[in-house]
Amino acid sequence: MPPILELDGITKRFPGVLANDHIHLTLEQGEIHALLGENGAGKTTLMNILYGLYHPDEGRILVRGKEVKIDTPSQAIRLGIGMVHQHFMLIPVFTVTENVMLGEETLTRGIFLDRAAVAARIRDISAQYGLQVDPDAYIKDLSVGAQQRVEILKILYRRADILILDEPTAVLTPQEVEELFKVIRSLVARGVSIIFISHKLKEVMAIADRITVLRDGRVVGTTRPAETSPAALARMMVGREVILTVDKQPARPGEVVLDVNDLHVLDDRQQTRVSGISFQVRAGEILGIAGVQGNGQTELVEALTGLRPIARGRVTILGNDTTRATPRHVLQSGVAHIPEDRQRDGLVLTFPVADNLVLNMYYLPPFARGIRIDERTVFASATQRVQQFDIRTPSIHTLASSLSGGNQQKVIVAREFTRPIRLLIASQPTRGLDVGSIEYIHQRIVEMRDQGCAVLLVSPELDEILSLADRIVVMYHGKIMDILPASQATPEKLGLLMAGVREG
Amino acid sequence: MAARTQVERSRLLAQRWRGLFYLLVGLAILVFFTSETCPDQIATLGLNTTRSVQWVRLPDLVVPVVPAVWVLAAIVLALGMRDLVRPFRRGGWLLGIASFCFLAAFLVWAARGTSFSLIGILSASLQLATPILLGALAAILCERSAVINIAVEGMMLSAAFTSVLVANLTGNIMLGFVAAMATGALLAAWHAVLSIQFKVNQIISGTVINIFAIGMTNFLNQRLMQEYTDLNNEVTFPYLSQMFPDLGKIPIVGPLLFDQSPIVWLALILLIVIQVALFHTRWGLRTRAVGEHPRAADTLGIDVFRTRYINVILGGVVAGIAGAYFTLGSVGRFDKLMTSGRGFIAMAAMIFGNWTPIGALASSLIFGFADALQVKLQILIGQVNIPYEFLLMLPYIVTMIALAGVVGRVQMPAADGQPYEKQ
Amino acid sequence: MARSPEISQARVSMWQRVANAMALPVLSLLSALVLSAVFILGSDLKVLTAFSQFFSDPARALLTAGKALADAYGALFIGVFGDPAKIFKEVGEFFATGDTQGLAIAFYPFSENFVTATPYIFAGLAVAFGFRCGLFNIGAEGQIYVGAAAAAFVGYSVEGLPWIIHAPLTFLAGALAGAFWAGIAGFLKATRGAHEVINTMMLNYVAFNLIHYLLNGPMKRGGAAGTIPISRNIVESAYLPTFFPEPIRFHAGFIVALLVAVLVWWLLFKTTLGFEIRTVGANLHAARCAGINISRSFILAMAISGALAAMAGAGEVMGVNHNLAEGFSPGYGFDSIALAMLGGGHPLGVVLAALLFGTLRNGATKMQSLAAIPIDLVSIVQAFVIMFVAAPIIIRRLYRLKTEVGGQMILMRGWGD
Repeated sequence: MPPILELDGITKRFPGVLANDHIHLTLEQGEIHALLGENGAGKTTLMNILYGLYHPDEGRILVRGKEVKIDTPSQAIRLGIGMVHQHFMLIPVFTVTENVMLGEETLTRGIFLDRAAVAARIRDISAQYGLQVDPDAYIKDLSVGAQQRVEILKILYRRADILILDEPTAVLTPQEVEELFKVIRSLVARGVSIIFISHKLKEVMAIADRITVLRDGRVVGTTRPAETSPAALARMMVGREVILTVDKQPARPGEVVLDVNDLHVLDDRQQTRVSGISFQVRAGEILGIAGVQGNGQTELVEALTGLRPIARGRVTILGNDTTRATPRHVLQSGVAHIPEDRQRDGLVLTFPVADNLVLNMYYLPPFARGIRIDERTVFASATQRVQQFDIRTPSIHTLASSLSGGNQQKVIVAREFTRPIRLLIASQPTRGLDVGSIEYIHQRIVEMRDQGCAVLLVSPELDEILSLADRIVVMYHGKIMDILPASQATPEKLGLLMAGVREG
Repeated sequence: MAARTQVERSRLLAQRWRGLFYLLVGLAILVFFTSETCPDQIATLGLNTTRSVQWVRLPDLVVPVVPAVWVLAAIVLALGMRDLVRPFRRGGWLLGIASFCFLAAFLVWAARGTSFSLIGILSASLQLATPILLGALAAILCERSAVINIAVEGMMLSAAFTSVLVANLTGNIMLGFVAAMATGALLAAWHAVLSIQFKVNQIISGTVINIFAIGMTNFLNQRLMQEYTDLNNEVTFPYLSQMFPDLGKIPIVGPLLFDQSPIVWLALILLIVIQVALFHTRWGLRTRAVGEHPRAADTLGIDVFRTRYINVILGGVVAGIAGAYFTLGSVGRFDKLMTSGRGFIAMAAMIFGNWTPIGALASSLIFGFADALQVKLQILIGQVNIPYEFLLMLPYIVTMIALAGVVGRVQMPAADGQPYEKQ
Repeated sequence: MARSPEISQARVSMWQRVANAMALPVLSLLSALVLSAVFILGSDLKVLTAFSQFFSDPARALLTAGKALADAYGALFIGVFGDPAKIFKEVGEFFATGDTQGLAIAFYPFSENFVTATPYIFAGLAVAFGFRCGLFNIGAEGQIYVGAAAAAFVGYSVEGLPWIIHAPLTFLAGALAGAFWAGIAGFLKATRGAHEVINTMMLNYVAFNLIHYLLNGPMKRGGAAGTIPISRNIVESAYLPTFFPEPIRFHAGFIVALLVAVLVWWLLFKTTLGFEIRTVGANLHAARCAGINISRSFILAMAISGALAAMAGAGEVMGVNHNLAEGFSPGYGFDSIALAMLGGGHPLGVVLAALLFGTLRNGATKMQSLAAIPIDLVSIVQAFVIMFVAAPIIIRRLYRLKTEVGGQMILMRGWGD
């Protein structure tokens, strides 16, 4: 029997980059085939081609043995292909029913939407595949795991039997990942074939029947879990020996720099996102905040940096109460902030590198005297820092938008690390970066710690927390589950805490 | 019970201020609207229209001024007191009742010793609300699919011009009406191409249309209509009460609903149609999806660009109808810049109404009432010592206040204003 | 410290950049003028009737069209440069007899370009400044009137002051009035998030009504017994001086406008305040994260924008009319939207674009009187100019240009944010 899906020689070029280079891939019926590669390897591009969102420059696609052209998502859907995107394609203000029926609306009396019929069918599918979903709930009220189930439901509703899952575990706790794997196995048992895209080695080893590794747009190899190991896969992904942990000395904590006491923070809709958190960070140590994204970490960081009002509690930095401080005041208290969303919050993409390097210091001497900005000093300092931090840019006058993700992050790091700081708050500092940049950023963070800075690291990547942090805080639903020293932390223990399960 | 959070505390404080505010409003009613009155003065509120004969002549509403003002003030004072002691959950009702009492007291006071037509002002409110409602509906159609349209003003103005021009050129009023719709559609298509195809900032492309409309209408008005004045002869649709005289004779409802241009009814029908269509048809679901999360819609096979083009052009057609109302539904001839900012007020009405047709109806009625009030007050000029120019400012100031009060509590389509990039 | 090679390299290509930057505005204007010719021809009945018989007599059709255009653009030329024959004659007269009067009359049309350009510079700077902060100030027209009213009031009600104090005081009064007026919209945006497009537009209508009230009431010349809605004349110590004999109206306001343009350039690009405003306009979120006070920036930017626009009104009162009358502004505020865009939101570009627009409007006045082309043609031209500048790809395709024309100078937001 021919494979249910075959990609033959797929090539896709974007300006300046070869995203997919003659890729060959087959998917057998009822198989779970993992597509493994680090950020930027070309996985999502390939799947977008399969789903009709991109058009390949070369190559062919065969579905069930027949060659097809997939120009739009509608065609992909009609061929039985469905995709669950990394960033959910759900409309928050619509209900589950409305999201599922969008594009395939059932009509009554000719023109009116028949929500009831669709809801009934949703309940049927839910029961059949074990996907717990309430058809009348609004998406914005659902948890991330529930939203993912809705995405899968959307595909099953359209009778797809080829499912593409793009980084589905990025937003799940280890326990929720197990739930997802159960759903996947049950789908496969009913004849669905699955392509599972991920950059997480251990998960891929756990769930896949076959694994194809992509690197720089090319297929490096296809193998089975039984015939390989995480180290071997990592080598294939990166092309060299990968140091999976960071080399660091033990911490020598000094005075308390950040003191958070009974913090309560609300989100824009007046819902409590942080409820009663207390912790301290000392100079010379890295405190890692672990937890699945969406458990209040974003709001916590915003509160600490003055970007969000604090409903109750106290924040003290080096003895100064900064609970009601403005963002500028917080920065002036010796705080550096590497924001979660570097392009939105950390840089002005339409400004040159030099301006970005003084974005929060332009008003201070020596960059300004009174109201006048001293351009010469700004440029000189920029040139010096570009060199010091090895930022790859044609000139300090180049616009930040022309830089790669890694270099953009380096600009932010160069800016923050050259200020007189006592506390560094780093939020997902290596998101979307290539391995080289990740190593660099990790090194500089440890350096900062060794120079006596207090570091608060917030990251949903357990590996990053485990390799960098001296002490680990786990957040769940806005509360602290536990604070433990890194030596006592294991992925299993942390996973349980991240899912809200307290020990003992 | 745990101590209140800082946020909760500040919210409670704000509510106390609110109660105090309404107490002050009640006091203001008492003080201002009993001044310059004699104890036994009455205000006569006419409930009949002077235009047509009615089956039943209703007696005028004779209101003793001072007692009425006292009653209205008492209502607001009581509400304010209650709010101070035990704050209401829903502030909206409070605002509505207090506003009504304030306005009623104001009207009664302004009419002390004389009479004015209550029916007249309500009927005028509907008339003046209609172009705003149509403008808001046009804007809603565009914005629900995430295309900001500030060119409603320009579309209305241009449509008003072409409606008169074509109606006089062809001698056929319906052709004039069609021309108005076509003008709106053409300008909307221009806006659509600029903002969807060329991804021009939507506010800029709307401004292009507005400036062009002012220039074109003034230019052609001077070139054509001032030379050949026959091209600007008065042409209007007959009122419903003129077409079906019996309808106009029904008391209250007659003058209010039937002594109007048929375009008013068209507006109300469009309102219902669009409301139902937006929330209960496939077109509506897809439109709203494109407006909230165009990429999600795209992945489900919906053509984002086509949806936006269709909606913007439909919006243009409705804006064209609004333009036709200024001329064919009202004065019959074209005057320079005759829309005087109604298009912008329509946008405010859309925001105020939370991007829904029903909401737009409520807000356009409020603006229409403010407009009608200012006209009526110019008649009562002796009683109300405000220069008429300040009365003319009323609709614009009301718009600004409404906008300031409502922002943050309304939810615009999530992708509003962002051009869609297909990759 | 020697200039780094990077900076020198940046300077060398500056000329290239200037040329590149000018390509788009120049081509946009040309294309807009060509497009508006369609309107000139399309509304001329003689041309229309000639074209209806195009196939039987094509020559006549084309000739009629040609004559119509020649009339129109010829009038435009005379409006902009003056009558060449007359100029030659008067120059000769001057060298012969030293008669300046005739010379002045001959050069009057040319001088009017600068007189008309003066308020355009101010208003263009106002709108451009708003753009830099991501704000769309379409209330410039109302701010002009408010500034004019304030200037007129201070101009005629304060007497006995020396010119060196009275004139700047009057000018300042106008600017402050405009700053306040636009500041209302800025305040509403900063505190309530209300979009400035609607609010500045509403304030326009409020301003127009306010001026109408003032000119028919408290500020009317002759008090209640006065017959026309015009204010008293301002005292001479509040005049902006002229330099040439009558009828040339060129006044010091033009110089002030240029100085203000330099001041705005310095403020935007060399000061901390300017940096904040530009950052807020470029990326609101990053600005906030960097500690910049967004509310303050909005209010200040709108206030400065309003002050600049009001200066246009004050300048007209102090330099041209010497009083306040309704309708003294033929739409300077609205025109300046197109102007600011044409100038790329940069003070230097604005000055150049203002000179262009002043010339255009000046010439259009002659087009109206000589060739009966309504002056509203200028608005039609402007609309097309904005369109071409905002969508450079149209010009690129039209003229098959290879290089990148124009850049993203105008930054604006939707309803939210």
